[in-house]
Amino acid sequence: MSTTSSAPVTATGRTSRSSLGASLGRNLRLGASRIKYEVRAYFRQGDSVFFTFLFPVVMLTIFSLAFSEQNFGSEEEPLTAAAFYLPGMIAAGLLLSGLQNMAIDIAMEKSDGTLKRFAGTPLPVMSYFIGKIGQVFVTGVLQATLVILVASVAFGVELPNEPSKWLTFAWVFVLGVTTSAVLGIALSALPRTGKSATAVVIPIALILQFISGVYLGFSLLPTWLQNVASAFPLKWMAQGMREVFLPASFEVLEQSESWNLPGVAIATGLWLVIGLIVTRITFRWIRKDS
Amino acid sequence: MNTTAPVVQVENLRKTYGSFAAVDSVSFEIQRGETFALLGPNGAGKSTTIEILEGYRDRTGGTASVLGVDPGKGGLDWKARLGIVLQSSGESGNVTVREQLTHFAGYYPNPRNVDEVIASVGLQEKEGTLIRKLSGGQRRRVDVALGIIGNPELLFLDEPTTGFDPEARQQFWQLICSLKADGTSILLTTHYLDEAAQLGDRAGVIAGGKMIDIGAIDELGGAEARVPIVRWREGATRYEERTHTPGALVASLMAGGAEPAGLEIIRPSLEDIYLQLVADHAQASEVENAR
Repeated sequence: MSTTSSAPVTATGRTSRSSLGASLGRNLRLGASRIKYEVRAYFRQGDSVFFTFLFPVVMLTIFSLAFSEQNFGSEEEPLTAAAFYLPGMIAAGLLLSGLQNMAIDIAMEKSDGTLKRFAGTPLPVMSYFIGKIGQVFVTGVLQATLVILVASVAFGVELPNEPSKWLTFAWVFVLGVTTSAVLGIALSALPRTGKSATAVVIPIALILQFISGVYLGFSLLPTWLQNVASAFPLKWMAQGMREVFLPASFEVLEQSESWNLPGVAIATGLWLVIGLIVTRITFRWIRKDS
Repeated sequence: MNTTAPVVQVENLRKTYGSFAAVDSVSFEIQRGETFALLGPNGAGKSTTIEILEGYRDRTGGTASVLGVDPGKGGLDWKARLGIVLQSSGESGNVTVREQLTHFAGYYPNPRNVDEVIASVGLQEKEGTLIRKLSGGQRRRVDVALGIIGNPELLFLDEPTTGFDPEARQQFWQLICSLKADGTSILLTTHYLDEAAQLGDRAGVIAGGKMIDIGAIDELGGAEARVPIVRWREGATRYEERTHTPGALVASLMAGGAEPAGLEIIRPSLEDIYLQLVADHAQASEVENAR
């Protein structure tokens, strides 16, 4: 609990005040307070826990059980369905926890008056965003951990043991989750009402998942569709995750027959910049004359 | 800061949407420590006026100063000195009353004590309950609690007791009186006349975007509006007469010896005066439109 809440009420305290907007320390402190608040509220929201947090685990389980007899590798190097789908499910988790969750969450907060309330308080916009991105980060880490644990423990997927692979995992994850969260904030400007938010956002997320190699093997898609998917960040996040979790023999199946990690960094980073610019232009606590 | 300067100063405030003037040349001042009530029918421009002063809407014309700052340009330091209770709120509320207040207290440099605020809105027994599980009236009290948690110099209350039962309204009034006693300046909009009479030091009546009267609560409408009315019946005919000397009128009626039927002497209540003001205004603007 915050100790500031017990500060005594004094009339004299009203006259001496520093400038609240300029204090980075205050922005960060309130950002941390927002993260705690957001994470707590997130896990109390039953539908968000199911449709964004547990969804990848549920899908991984379904695929692993449905295709348990199939070999996704070669004769010499067999691969189970769970191992094949693991990287895609981790990438899907990034998209769901970030983009889908943020876009719906903020659109709802816009329409239910939460943002209007904030607009009337000295809460800095920066602290609000720290809270949102922090929430995505915390829930995304827990989600990825859960998916990897279930894959490993329940379905016997062998995890990589080279540190370099885990280093790749770490940067693809951090870059991916941040980009996804920022794009979610940007996308939250699109739905006109909170009620329409799910109807606008979920199809976008779903289509991206289908064309980006999450549910369908990317190499099975026609070239033109692969090219379309390459314009969006999810394909690149999934590709980065495949580099981490799939055997080296799968590299030739990728576009240009390479994991292309620099491409992953550039494409995802570019979308991060686009998301930041759109957010900067479109985000307002409230539309002043609506 | 000059403590004698008004906390709110509004001159010729104007807000138009296309050709429609939601607020039309409204002027008023609120002194430090004063509670000012804005009265008016729905759609009169009360909320538009208060939202301009809260910084939520831009004005089309006129000048406005809130705590010495133009509300269209107020920064975080300015917001830290305000408390805002909006007309409606519909947040999902997946946090408890105590969590919400503790969290919001952290936004302010000099917050009130969370326990005291919870007690002052009478939610001690509900402090561990998720806000979404509270009744409408209880959620409204959370709104009020959030409005005062930052220990504001100026509190905006936009129809704060809509949906309250009479007991909750009484408790709310006590809370506001204690805030007044602490020196908080308050701008209140309401359409409950008894609320304005209980809480307000002064009031302004808005109709059709115009301030049609302003003054101390017991002076609204002018002395003429307070002249007692005597009503009686003779056969099927109803009579009504306004007079400063109702006793003399009744005595003259009694001169014939017969007790007048349905005799009443009425001193107009604030509500009567208010309704008369609004009705007069509606009539006047109809005449103007007809021309």
